[in-house]
Amino acid sequence: MQLYDLTIHELGDLLRQKKASSREITESVFRRIRAVEPRIRSYVTLTEELALQQAKRADEKIAKDVGAIHELPLRGIPIGIKDNFLTEGIKTTCSSKILHNYIPPYNGTAVKRLIDEGAVVVGKLNMDEFAMGSSNENSAIGVVRNPWDLERIPGGSSGGSAAAVAAGECIAATGTDTGGSIRLPAALTNLVGVKPTYGRVSRYGIVAFASSLDQVGPIAKDVTDAAILLKALAGHDPRDSTSLNVPVPDYTKTLVPDIKGWKIGIPKEYFIEGLDIEVKKAIDAAIGTVKRLGAECVEVTLPHTDYGVPTYYILATAEASSNLARYDGIRYGHRNRSVRELIPLYEKSRSDGFGAEVKRRIMLGTYVLSAGYYDAYYLRGQKARTLIRRDFEKAFERCDVILTPVSPTPAWKIGEKIDDPLKMYLSDIFTINVNLAGLPGMSLPCGFTEGGLPIGMQLIAKHFEEEKMLRVAYAYEQATEWHKRRPKL
Amino acid sequence: MEYETVIGLEVHAQLLTKTKLFCACPTEFGRKPNVSTCPVCLGLPGTLPVLNRQAVEFAIRAGLATDCKIAEKSVFARKNYFYPDLPKGYQISQYELPICLKGHLDIEADGVKKRIGLTRIHMEEDAGKLVHEHPETRAKDASWVDFNRGGTPLLEIVSEPEMRGPQEAVAYLKKLRAILVYTEICDGNMEEGSLRCDANVSLRPIGQEKFGTKVELKNMNSFKNVEKAILYEIDRQTAVLEDGGKIIQETRLWDADRGETQSMRGKEEAHDYRYFPDPDLLPLVVEGAWIERVRKELPELPDAKKERFMAQYRLPAYDAEVLASSRGLADFFEVCAAEFAQPKKVANWVMNEFLRMIKNDERLIPASRLKPKHLAEALRMVEEGTLSGSAAKNVLQKVFDTGETPKAIVEKEGLAQISDEGSIEKAVEDVIAANPKEVERYKAGNDKLLGFFVGQIMKNTGGRANPAKVNELLKKKL
Repeated sequence: MQLYDLTIHELGDLLRQKKASSREITESVFRRIRAVEPRIRSYVTLTEELALQQAKRADEKIAKDVGAIHELPLRGIPIGIKDNFLTEGIKTTCSSKILHNYIPPYNGTAVKRLIDEGAVVVGKLNMDEFAMGSSNENSAIGVVRNPWDLERIPGGSSGGSAAAVAAGECIAATGTDTGGSIRLPAALTNLVGVKPTYGRVSRYGIVAFASSLDQVGPIAKDVTDAAILLKALAGHDPRDSTSLNVPVPDYTKTLVPDIKGWKIGIPKEYFIEGLDIEVKKAIDAAIGTVKRLGAECVEVTLPHTDYGVPTYYILATAEASSNLARYDGIRYGHRNRSVRELIPLYEKSRSDGFGAEVKRRIMLGTYVLSAGYYDAYYLRGQKARTLIRRDFEKAFERCDVILTPVSPTPAWKIGEKIDDPLKMYLSDIFTINVNLAGLPGMSLPCGFTEGGLPIGMQLIAKHFEEEKMLRVAYAYEQATEWHKRRPKL
Repeated sequence: MEYETVIGLEVHAQLLTKTKLFCACPTEFGRKPNVSTCPVCLGLPGTLPVLNRQAVEFAIRAGLATDCKIAEKSVFARKNYFYPDLPKGYQISQYELPICLKGHLDIEADGVKKRIGLTRIHMEEDAGKLVHEHPETRAKDASWVDFNRGGTPLLEIVSEPEMRGPQEAVAYLKKLRAILVYTEICDGNMEEGSLRCDANVSLRPIGQEKFGTKVELKNMNSFKNVEKAILYEIDRQTAVLEDGGKIIQETRLWDADRGETQSMRGKEEAHDYRYFPDPDLLPLVVEGAWIERVRKELPELPDAKKERFMAQYRLPAYDAEVLASSRGLADFFEVCAAEFAQPKKVANWVMNEFLRMIKNDERLIPASRLKPKHLAEALRMVEEGTLSGSAAKNVLQKVFDTGETPKAIVEKEGLAQISDEGSIEKAVEDVIAANPKEVERYKAGNDKLLGFFVGQIMKNTGGRANPAKVNELLKKKL
């Protein structure tokens, strides 16, 4: 085992016992990056110099107060940051040509919290452009490869985050999840990914895609690491009016491997035609494990499940069309300098700067908000969203946590779905409704295909009940070994 | 055919908050370009708006002062369009659910009282400013943007189309301005753009109920220009209709230099702003207790004050109206009237002398060195006969210029009125002795020459002789 292979809490033990320093851990990670990055392409920007400075500072602080590692478990731990998190003085591109040269003057709240806790910033992670995509193929920087099979996609949009953690190019990473962008790549790379309740983590300093759906969360190697990172990220932020002022529990303290008597809901609508047989087998097996742990599995129904994808692609694109209007070539980012007049400058700069999928969504969103169409699309979408949320409220009257698949299939081949947007959109079919309902959801490893591709399962809880979901995940993880597997690179 | 004019006004009032609507940047102006900015009001990636509570309170105040209903729940919406002064590509405004609804204002035009309905008041952020000439190098080869103004809070106050002529429009605007300034929501300066007025003007044949096609007039930065622009537009539209033409729905800019309105390109109308609720802001919920507190703290408003001035001080309606039109002026009057209990005289001096000194600009009242107590002191001296009315005007001007008290100025400059008979008698005798011809003509029946003698005496005494005494003694001596 190399240092880069370990988890946050394992490295915390080594740091505390003075068996390793943050500098050694950081150097191990960068050696690993040099070895595998040409094959994976997880990163847009590496910040090695900054990372080594932060590691040095962390080591000094640890030397002064070893006990503080319990309070600050991220101190000295190399973390990767998705490239839609604003980082002061560090290029933030969103994997888009339109922001290829953009250096923000401030740190977003999530990044500030991580840095304040002593985390070491390894660099900025590749993603689908503006977080729009399920495969990480929509990146102006380049396609990210799945460490479990370099011919396959890592999932998206936080594909760089997942690939980097899976490949040992950072110990854990941040992601954002608008329709499954944390959970899907986590599932396809054998990792734990948490999308918290909407309002749990500040969105200040995250490049907005769909403001009413975007949420920040961790991608990590196991449930404990995810809980550690979530605790650091979560909490009210006066700079984000949609962040809720509710207390943040210590998620690591809720990790008790006991779910006896808990009720786990299994929604029948999620076991549909098109669900890969191997995925179904793995989920069935996971249900069996959960039962053996003493939980009761009950069938629940989420009747409006089918409306999720169309509803999402109306509401998310509507918000995106407005959120992305600021990238106009006037103040920052890419400007086409061949024209002098205003309208051509807008048209050319945006035509050059945005990729095909982003353009498709801007057009779709512009259309659904247009006069004469607003009622038929946007308003109806909002109504459908309410129905989907009510489905979950009803289902939670009968259970504590809901268990479903994350992705209908394991990681697919690069290029396989890229020419068929609808097929691509359907890969988020099990994750999207969680965002529409604003609920917390997470993905965790639950098996492998015969070909050795990871399979993930999803747990969903009530608003602000991340603890319950994490506890079920922890109990399952303690009873299984999937999370310990690492890809061979 | 005879036409009836239909006018509705949309007024934008810049709020006197210390900071912008969605960030903590200061709202003060006249600073170097782009210094009052931050990532939020520059619309940088990742930034989010946080609503300014003071701005909401001002909106509630404006609503209560115009008898609006305050919405328990209102919603901010995005108005999407591209322009270089709009950094996010959308303006945060209110659309379907504004904070204030259904109010009214009482106006008086040409002696006729009328109630004008307010459709709504909503909050929105201002845009930045485009500059087509570089502020330092004067280069004109490009345009620049100054975002200091970007994100400052505005109220948009929309009237019903219930005004029937330019006089009513101006009366409405003056009343609205007085209320906004009274309630300390807005400084009301139209020249500098902190109060902006757009007018929707249409014509319809008298007796017809259906509205004609409306034209939106912009760029009128004074009451006079609002009146002129509407008058021009009525003539223009009348001419078009008389010729059998059709009015085109469009926006026209008032050109004050040329005295005409000019069509802006019709692009404005083609705009689809794609309004939708801003997902970055929660619905604004205003609790009843908040509304009640603001209601209690509302100052006495112009209409109520005018009524009270007429009742309490027995002022004529005109005086009460002028004084009550400005809170500062009304306060000045009241403090002075408390010290010098002849309200009508105080009103005259305030309206004639004081208003002239401050050039009719009420914003200069707080800084004025002439205070109500000074005016009261001068008026007492006039009353006692130790200062003539004309000398008092000079004295007050000097108080206004220097800040010294009237007594000090009178003493220093020897301006006290001469009332003792001996001195005046001597002055009268001197003038009679110096002008024998005029004395003869006067005695021959030319009564008008009395004024000439008075003038000579006043001249010789530096205007200090008591005019009543001079008259009396002159007649006797002649």
